[in-house]
Amino acid sequence: MKLFAQLIYVLGATTKTNEKLKALQEYFAIANDKDKVWVIALFTGRRPKRVISSTLIKTWCAEYCNLPLWLFDECYHTVGDLSETIALLITGEENADTIDRPLHYYIESFIQLAKASEEEKKNFMLKSWEELGTVSGRFVFNKLLSGAFRIGVSQQLLIQALAKVTDLEKPVVAHRITGNWDPAVISFDELMNNSDMEADASRPYPFYLAYPLEDLPDTLGNTDEWQAEWKWDGIRGQLIKRSNTLFTWSRGEELVTEKFPEYNSLKDLLPEGIVLDGEIIPAIEGKPLPFAKMQTRIGRKNISKKILQEVPVCFFVYDILEFEGKDMRQIPLVDRRKLLEQITAAINHPALQISPVISFDTWDELAAIRVNSRENLAEGLMLKRKSSSYQTGRKIGDWWKWKIEPLVIDAVMIYAQKGSGRRSNLYTDYTFAVKDGEKLVSFAKAYSGLTDKEIAQVDNFVKRNSLEKFGPVRTVKPELVFELAFEGIAASSRHKSGVALRFPRINRWRKDKKPEDINTIDDLKNMLEVYGK
Amino acid sequence: MPLIEFTDSGLYCRAGNFYIDPWKPVERAIITHAHSDHARHGSKYYLCHHKTKPILQLRLGDNNYQSVEWNESISMNGVKISLHPAGHIIGSSQIRVEHNGEVWVFSGDYKLEDDGLSGAFEPVKCNVFITESTFGLPIYKWKKQSVIYHDIQQWVLKNQADDKASVIIAYSLGKAQRVLQAISAVTDNIFVHGAIWNTQEALLMAGENLPVVKRVNPDSSKADFKNAVVIAPPGADGSPWMKRFTPYSLAICSGWMQVRGNARRRNADRGFVLSDHADWDGLLTAVKATGAEKVFVTHGFQAAFSKYLNENGIAAAEVKTAYGNDEETETSIEV
Repeated sequence: MKLFAQLIYVLGATTKTNEKLKALQEYFAIANDKDKVWVIALFTGRRPKRVISSTLIKTWCAEYCNLPLWLFDECYHTVGDLSETIALLITGEENADTIDRPLHYYIESFIQLAKASEEEKKNFMLKSWEELGTVSGRFVFNKLLSGAFRIGVSQQLLIQALAKVTDLEKPVVAHRITGNWDPAVISFDELMNNSDMEADASRPYPFYLAYPLEDLPDTLGNTDEWQAEWKWDGIRGQLIKRSNTLFTWSRGEELVTEKFPEYNSLKDLLPEGIVLDGEIIPAIEGKPLPFAKMQTRIGRKNISKKILQEVPVCFFVYDILEFEGKDMRQIPLVDRRKLLEQITAAINHPALQISPVISFDTWDELAAIRVNSRENLAEGLMLKRKSSSYQTGRKIGDWWKWKIEPLVIDAVMIYAQKGSGRRSNLYTDYTFAVKDGEKLVSFAKAYSGLTDKEIAQVDNFVKRNSLEKFGPVRTVKPELVFELAFEGIAASSRHKSGVALRFPRINRWRKDKKPEDINTIDDLKNMLEVYGK
Repeated sequence: MPLIEFTDSGLYCRAGNFYIDPWKPVERAIITHAHSDHARHGSKYYLCHHKTKPILQLRLGDNNYQSVEWNESISMNGVKISLHPAGHIIGSSQIRVEHNGEVWVFSGDYKLEDDGLSGAFEPVKCNVFITESTFGLPIYKWKKQSVIYHDIQQWVLKNQADDKASVIIAYSLGKAQRVLQAISAVTDNIFVHGAIWNTQEALLMAGENLPVVKRVNPDSSKADFKNAVVIAPPGADGSPWMKRFTPYSLAICSGWMQVRGNARRRNADRGFVLSDHADWDGLLTAVKATGAEKVFVTHGFQAAFSKYLNENGIAAAEVKTAYGNDEETETSIEV
């Protein structure tokens, strides 16, 4: 575990891509094969399931350290990370001479413990805490135990490191680590050298992601070279038919076929050996519904008839990656598009819509069209170079997303909470309110958008102007005014204000404004009327 | 009337008519140590330890200073005052105040481990103890100084092997001298920022024995810094002043480095958990050693620490003061 803990330490400590890459390469060069497979699994979102609930781990740690629970909670709010809090609290000299068990020993133990009694789980946890002599070792152990591993390493970086170590091409590595494989049974060699595509018919391609366009589009050159489409606000996905079976993947590398039964009827219509790239969007008669509707069905295990009627999904397809079993990604976009148009026209099914191409002659004309994005339930425009191949990951140059300006509203901060990770021990998570007559009504939380210096100032304000002394949330004097930006607004019965915002964040601190100058609940309702229906 | 009152100007002893570490100008101030949140401008008279005086002179200019040795008693209006080592930085002292058989002690800032520079913390029996609580949560537990020094030394050697300078961020008074103590065992190629240079000069004048260092000058050439160690105060971190040391590796020495997120936020290559404050166990040990029947908890995690003391049979209350943050916020415009 030392080697793995060291890797996690370096990845967390450095912000330099080169050093992260170096650490990954060194790890893959010397770690044992079983551990390597688990690391790839962990870094690609294939976390082992949680063995013990956070509440139990917390309770057992407080008991083990002989601390009252309230004090444990204070520590947790300050550290902002449960696994780290526990790793720091467990007393014991740093001891480098303890047994160094491999990563897979712990993960395999967790899998075996899945059905064990609470007592057995607890014993294993306590034994491991004592065995793991260092804070960093206990930290990664707790992360695995609580199923909370999230690592700041991009897929790109992982692929790059593996490509170096295995002498394979990057796209090959990307493809091999994608899809449906089980880290508990596959060996490193099988995973990396599996040239047999048939072995897993469901395997998607790595997604090609667009870069945000910061400059004006005229910097892109001639308009003839570019294809424009709406940028849909849905779930990016791939629709695959191989071996006469249909698979739906989300960009989060999740097989979501079961969640979208609407696509089942496409199975017999699609030709064998095809992979389509597009957006999973709730839509009725080809017209998208607000994304908030989608959120009412995403989390559900069972998709009821009622939901299928009220929030049916459609696949807005915009690219074809495989046709008749052949990889099409190197063919220019303009040719892929022609093929795609023929296929969708032939199928002619309401669950499969082609994402229309927007015709335009000048950039100014396109800019005028972009202004209407929200009315079209889009987040803006996509600009794709007609000659572009379908690349891997976020690459600059050929695909751009040109989003519309966000909606904004002025609000006052009323609650604050300490953050986590880099924001540990700082009040960085805020709740905002607008005016409702003489009262304030909370309507949004936001975590990002301030500079480090501003965060320090707000943190100082919260510490001096809060009511509570304990617990995670501080009620603060409603004094600081911020302009919030958000992408969309929808009616919500779960929020006191009656609205739910999409991607709210702090646009700027309005030091020039007083709490009485902020917007009102009626302003929000007007926005809902215009943009949320 | 309690022997020491908590007023808008600071801790006030009415019977002796003096303040301890006041944050507003007063007639008579007793100073625990020379950090800027405890020793402020504008008072008419300052009483401090012999070793604090030269630094006060450097930082506050010429004033009416009186200095004393530890455990030497003086009297003000019949109130007996003595200073006792606090182990925080050079000259740092706890202030013991005795009147009509009642003893109060203000800890100032303190740590229990003897760092070899600041004098060993002395537990002082008292009725009422006023303690800091900068690191008053059980997540803060320090390793031994020797272990941390070893880590710092290894890091410097590693950087030298990689052909990099080692830039270490440390508070100019206290931490910088400890870092110096650690690295002088492995190198004599040491540069310091102007703020640390000035402190060093004042300490040398006062007879402290410190390793030889070079000042970073505007006309120093880039080649001078190759494989060198540079000690700089927090205010220099992230400023263009740092560019001249490239290529370098950056480390921060502070108790706050205990938590990963704090270390990551500072964007340093390494965080060394080296503090001049007591950790959780240190605070508890110090409080118990005083035998105090009442404890006031100031700057830090005062709510949590005082609640814990109350639950464990020690009557405690929290007090708001203007101290704190020396580990985080030292800024310096001197170059």
